[in-house]
Amino acid sequence: MSRVEHATRSSRIGVALIGVALIVLALAPFWGDRQMLRLLAEVFTFVALASLWNLLAGYAGLVSVGQQAFVGLGGYLLFALVILAGVHPIVAILIAGPIGALVAVPVAALIFRLRGAYFAIGTWVVAEVFRLLASQISVLGGGSGISLPAAMVVAMAPSRQAREFEIYWLALALTAAVLGTIVALLRSRHGLALTAIRDNELAAQSNGIDVTRIKLIVYVLTGFGTAMIGALIFLMKLRISPDTAFSVNDWTAFVIFITVIGGIGRIEGPIVGTIVFFIMRQTLADLGSLYLLIMGAVAIVVMLWAPKGLWGLIAERFGWQALPLQRRLVLAPKTEEPGERS
Amino acid sequence: MAPILALENISKRFGAVVVADGIGLALAEGEALGIIGPNGAGKTTLFGIATGTVAPDAGRVIFAGQDITRLPPERCCRLGLARSFQVPQPFSGMTVFENVVVAAAFATGASEASVYEPCADLLDRCGLMAKANQRAGGLTLLDRKRLELARALATKPRVLLLDEVAGGLTEHECAVLVRLIKDVRAGGVSIIWIEHVVHALLAAVDRLLVLHGGKFIADGDPRTVIRSPQVAEIYMGIAADA
Repeated sequence: MSRVEHATRSSRIGVALIGVALIVLALAPFWGDRQMLRLLAEVFTFVALASLWNLLAGYAGLVSVGQQAFVGLGGYLLFALVILAGVHPIVAILIAGPIGALVAVPVAALIFRLRGAYFAIGTWVVAEVFRLLASQISVLGGGSGISLPAAMVVAMAPSRQAREFEIYWLALALTAAVLGTIVALLRSRHGLALTAIRDNELAAQSNGIDVTRIKLIVYVLTGFGTAMIGALIFLMKLRISPDTAFSVNDWTAFVIFITVIGGIGRIEGPIVGTIVFFIMRQTLADLGSLYLLIMGAVAIVVMLWAPKGLWGLIAERFGWQALPLQRRLVLAPKTEEPGERS
Repeated sequence: MAPILALENISKRFGAVVVADGIGLALAEGEALGIIGPNGAGKTTLFGIATGTVAPDAGRVIFAGQDITRLPPERCCRLGLARSFQVPQPFSGMTVFENVVVAAAFATGASEASVYEPCADLLDRCGLMAKANQRAGGLTLLDRKRLELARALATKPRVLLLDEVAGGLTEHECAVLVRLIKDVRAGGVSIIWIEHVVHALLAAVDRLLVLHGGKFIADGDPRTVIRSPQVAEIYMGIAADA
């Protein structure tokens, strides 16, 4: 009899470290100041956005440069639900998810006809259409945008500090939920198919995997998560406009940068990438536009020197996996050779 | 008896190049059939057409009485039509074991856990057990070819299409491979084998076809076909040009 294990020594260490990190981060309101909480919450949203984009592009091979469509959609849904329907902001974030998934279905029907570069451009066009539509909604400020009414923000929690804690924990919980869902997905049967598609689409098809169906599932799921994170981002910003909500720079270019330098097609990649991105941003932001030049140079160097990203480099050299995704065949000693165990 | 796999009047051209010109082919259940032909004769394209990765310009593909001409590759695979690729196409980031598990689970619809045991046995049969937990991308060419075969077998095929699995193998490795293929066939799988390593082919097939210029120009007993003047002309002609 042979057994199959998911965990390796590195993944046991990885899971333990992630567990400790989660506890430390959950306690951040007690050890960090306001700036720290705000920064961490922003880091979380980028980890989530990049992880979702990684699932889409890194695993399913759907290189979208239009995920800002769903970030903006989520943001606008939050404002619409809170301002027009008086829904509690947290409830509005939860509603943004299913609506994001719902919107992803007809969008997919349209753009799945396109392949490769045409698909990428198609997603961007869709996002621009969304931006133009948003600027037509005059009750939400039209082209110039709108702020979340102070009364509704204040009503969220008894004090300003409580509200800030609430939003921080919400960001942490949502990001953990996004990552947890992705890990669960990758460990499932669909994950097996998805990893196969990542590695070789032709072989995946020829081995009985319905590639289009899996891609559609991933696209819709990503729409769900991205819209929720989008709503969260604009709850933190308290102001929305078509240009900020559907910004290709903020919600796609930076996200691609993060995923590519961290390691595309690996679940750990976006986390590593986000850390690198924020370290660079915090240390280089004073340099003005030079900071973007340096970031571009870093991206080029990483792509040339480590095309599988920083985590890809480490994982291949040491055979590490931070999360137990692999299925390893463990050979039990054969029955006729009892006691032969190393 | 109706053939298990039949190509009827298949035509395909890529631009001005005709790779199939009204090809007909019938594989009987349990038969092992070999195809030879010069490079670029359209052998691999024929497999692509049979398994749904290449759409023919005309003609039909019939598998077990069902028209599968327009069926996507994953459906062909699930019906029991497996294919190995000439250039191995492993899931390079996954382990050897995972590669086989993917094929076994998705081709048959079986649950993942239920295929672990048969997949381990299969790796053993194909000489890959020691490398079960290695990344497939790091394998040598020989092991990639073994994996290609193991993965095709994991789909539990009724018909197995082998595309140059013996190329680059040593004499001994080749003999092991031929034994494995004969073994698979003895298990009731019908086989079409495209191969340049003619002696390996002759050891395993009962009928040999020669593809040239988009047509089969010879069909019959392997040893007779290989000595036929048409075959001599094609291969000698090519040798003279080179």
